[in-house]
Amino acid sequence: MPLLEDGRLRPDPWASVDDDVPLPDGPVILGLEQLRREAPALARRNAPIGLALPPETAPAEVAPLLGLLSLVALRLPKAKDGRAFTQARALREYHGFTGEIRATGHVIPDHYAMLLRCGVSTVEVPEGADPAVWDACRRVVDIGYQAALSADAPLSLLRRRLRVA
Amino acid sequence: MNATVIPPFARTYRYDAIDREFLAERIAEFRGQVARRLAGDLTEDEFKPLRLMNGLYLQLHAYMLRVAIPYGVLNAPQLRQLAMIARRWDRGFGHFTTRQNIQFNWTKLEDVPEMLEALAEVDMHAIQTSGNCIRNVTTDEYAGASPDEVVDPRVYAEILRQWSTLHPEFTWLPRKFKFAITGSPSDRVASLVHDIGVAAKRNAEGEVGFEIHVGGGLGRTPLIGRRLYDFVPEAEFLGRMEAILRVYNALGERDNIYKARIKILVRDLGEEFRALVDAEYDRMPQQAYRLDPEIVAAIAAHFAPPPFARLEDRPLPQDPAFAAWARASVRPHKQPGYASVTISLKPIGGIPGDASASQMEAVADLAERHSFGEIRVSHVQNLVLPHVRQEDLHALWQGLAAHGLATPNIGLISDIIACPGMDYCALATARSIPVAQRISERFADLDRQHDIGECFINISGCINACGHHHVAHIGILGVDKRGEEVYQVTLGGSATNDAAIGELIGPAFGYDDIVDAIETIIRTHIAHRAPGERFVDTYRRIGAAPFKEALYAVA
Ligand code: SF4
Repeated sequence: MPLLEDGRLRPDPWASVDDDVPLPDGPVILGLEQLRREAPALARRNAPIGLALPPETAPAEVAPLLGLLSLVALRLPKAKDGRAFTQARALREYHGFTGEIRATGHVIPDHYAMLLRCGVSTVEVPEGADPAVWDACRRVVDIGYQAALSADAPLSLLRRRLRVA
Repeated sequence: MNATVIPPFARTYRYDAIDREFLAERIAEFRGQVARRLAGDLTEDEFKPLRLMNGLYLQLHAYMLRVAIPYGVLNAPQLRQLAMIARRWDRGFGHFTTRQNIQFNWTKLEDVPEMLEALAEVDMHAIQTSGNCIRNVTTDEYAGASPDEVVDPRVYAEILRQWSTLHPEFTWLPRKFKFAITGSPSDRVASLVHDIGVAAKRNAEGEVGFEIHVGGGLGRTPLIGRRLYDFVPEAEFLGRMEAILRVYNALGERDNIYKARIKILVRDLGEEFRALVDAEYDRMPQQAYRLDPEIVAAIAAHFAPPPFARLEDRPLPQDPAFAAWARASVRPHKQPGYASVTISLKPIGGIPGDASASQMEAVADLAERHSFGEIRVSHVQNLVLPHVRQEDLHALWQGLAAHGLATPNIGLISDIIACPGMDYCALATARSIPVAQRISERFADLDRQHDIGECFINISGCINACGHHHVAHIGILGVDKRGEEVYQVTLGGSATNDAAIGELIGPAFGYDDIVDAIETIIRTHIAHRAPGERFVDTYRRIGAAPFKEALYAVA
C-alpha cells in the first residue's frame, strides 16, 4: 500500500511478515507474538525491526521491547475506532519511542492532522489515494486549543498555531 | 466576516480574531467533506461521523441541525440570529434541549453550510453537538448570579470547551462524552448522571479545586457517577481530564454500542479504574498539561460581573397575577436589588422547549433592556435572564406576557421535560411530546399546580432516555409493545445532590391511560403527604405500595 509522509507519497522499504515464514532481508514488521518469542535472536539482527501493535494492546505491555524497534505500526480497525491515537501518544510521551509510528487500517484524510498531532509519522493510504487531498485536509484547520505532540507555536490562552508537518 | 456587536456587558466568552479564524477554517473543512462525500470519495459510513461532529443528524422527516450553546450562555445578538435562522431555514421555530443547545428540526442539507456561516457571524457553531466526542459542556443556568455560588463554573466550562475542541486524541472515542460542571454546593446540573460531573469548590485557603465524579449516565443502563477525586487542584484540572479520557479511549467497549459509554467501564472496573487513571496521570509529562493561572485569569475576565447598580432588595408589587408568576419564576440573586428570572417555554398544551422566532426576538430585546443583554438556556428547556433589577420585574413580566412567555409554572408539574420522540426522532418507539401536552392540559389549573408543589415529570420516547426520565420525580418512558405505544412509569428519581434512579412502579400504561395514571399518582400523594411535603419526599417516606395499590388495585 502507498505510504504517506509529510503530505507526500514515499517508497516503503518495510515488509510486513507473517509468522512462520523465513525473514527476508531488510526492514520487517512483525506480529506481537513473533516479536516476543524471537526477541533474543532478533536483537542480533542487522536490519531494522518493526512491530504491528494490535489496537487492544497497551504500549506499556511492549515497553521492554521498544529498544529493539525502529517502527511501530498502529491499526484503526474502523475509521471511528480511535485507540491508535492514545497508543501513539503514550509511545511518544512517556515510553520515549523516537522511531517511526505508522498508522494503518481504515485511515481517512480527516484523521491525518490529528494523527500527526498525536505523534504518528507515516500513514498507509489506500491504492490510488491522492496525496493532495490528504495534504489539504491536514492543513485546513491550523489552530489548536490544546497541548499535543506537534511542534505548535503558542498563540494566547490555550490556543496554538499548528505545525503538523 | 461581520464583526459582531456584543452588548457591552454580556458575559459570554468573546471571540477574537484567532477564534473567528478557527471557525472559518472549520466551515471550510466541512464544505470539503461534503464535496468529497458528493464526489464519492467518502463513503456514507465515513461521512456520518464527520457530519455528526458538525451537528447534523438525519431524523425521521428531515435533517436536524443542532447548534452548540456553550454552557447555555447566549447574548442578545446571538439569540436574534437564531431567530433569523429559524425563520429563514426552518419553519419559524427552534427547539431548546436538555443539553442547553438549540435544534432546528427542518433543515435541508444544501442549506447547512450557509446556516453555519450565519452562526459564525455571531461566533456560534455546531461543533461537537453530536458524534463520539466530547459534547457541549453544561453548567448552572444561574452561574454568576446565584447566592450560593462558590466558584464561577463558566470559567472552567469555557476552558473545557476550548480544550475539548477538535481534541486530536479524543475525537474518535468509543461513544459520546458529556461533562457537567457546577460551582455551587447545590447541584443544579445533574452532575452525578454525566460521564464526568465536576463540582468546583474552594479549600480552606480559598484555592479552587474540583470534585470529580465519573461514570454516571442514563440510557438503558442508568448509573449514578462514582467519586473519583475529592479535590483536584486547579493546575491539574486538564491533566486529570486527559488521563481519564485516555483510559476510556484505550479500554472502552468498541463493538457493542450499548456497553460503550464510560459508565460501563467504570462499573466493571470498580476501584481499578481509579488506579489506571492515577497510573496514567503519573506517567504523563504533567507540566505540558498544567492549567496556568494566567490562562484562568484571562478567561475569567470574560465573565467578570456586569456593572451592577447599588440597590436594595425591595418588596414586589401586590398585583395577584404578577405575584403568581413571580412566585414561580423569580429567584434570589447574590447582588442586592437584583433577581434571576426563569422564562417558561412550557405553555399549557405546548411543545416543551420550543420557541418561535418572534419569541426569541422578544427575549433578546427584553434581555437587552433588563439583563445586560444576557440569556441562559436551562437544562430543563427553559430560558433564564440572569441579572434583572427587582424594580424592573413587573415591566419584564408584562413584556413576556405579551409574547406568551409568562406561564407561571417553573418547577411545577407542567414544567415537563420531553424528548422529541416519535414526532421527529428516528430512534423513537413512542410519542413523547403529545404526552407532555396532555399532562400539562390536565393540570392546567394554576392553583392546583401550586397545591401539588414542586414536581418534575420527564418523558423519553425510547430507552435512550434523552428526556432523562430516570431522574424525574415521575419518569415516563414510552416503549413499543407489539406495535402499540405503552408508557412505563418510574417514581422517586432525582438529578440533584440526592441523585437517584427512579423505581419502576409496575406494568406500563397505554397512550390513552397514561394521563389518568399520573392523575392517580398525584391524588395518592395529596392523600398521604405531610403539610408542605413535596411529591418525591412523600414517595420516599411512604414507599411504592400506596401508589401501586391506587394504580393497579382491581376496581
Ligand atoms: S429518548 Fe429516544 S426517542 Fe427520545 S430523543 Fe432520545 S433517542 Fe429519540
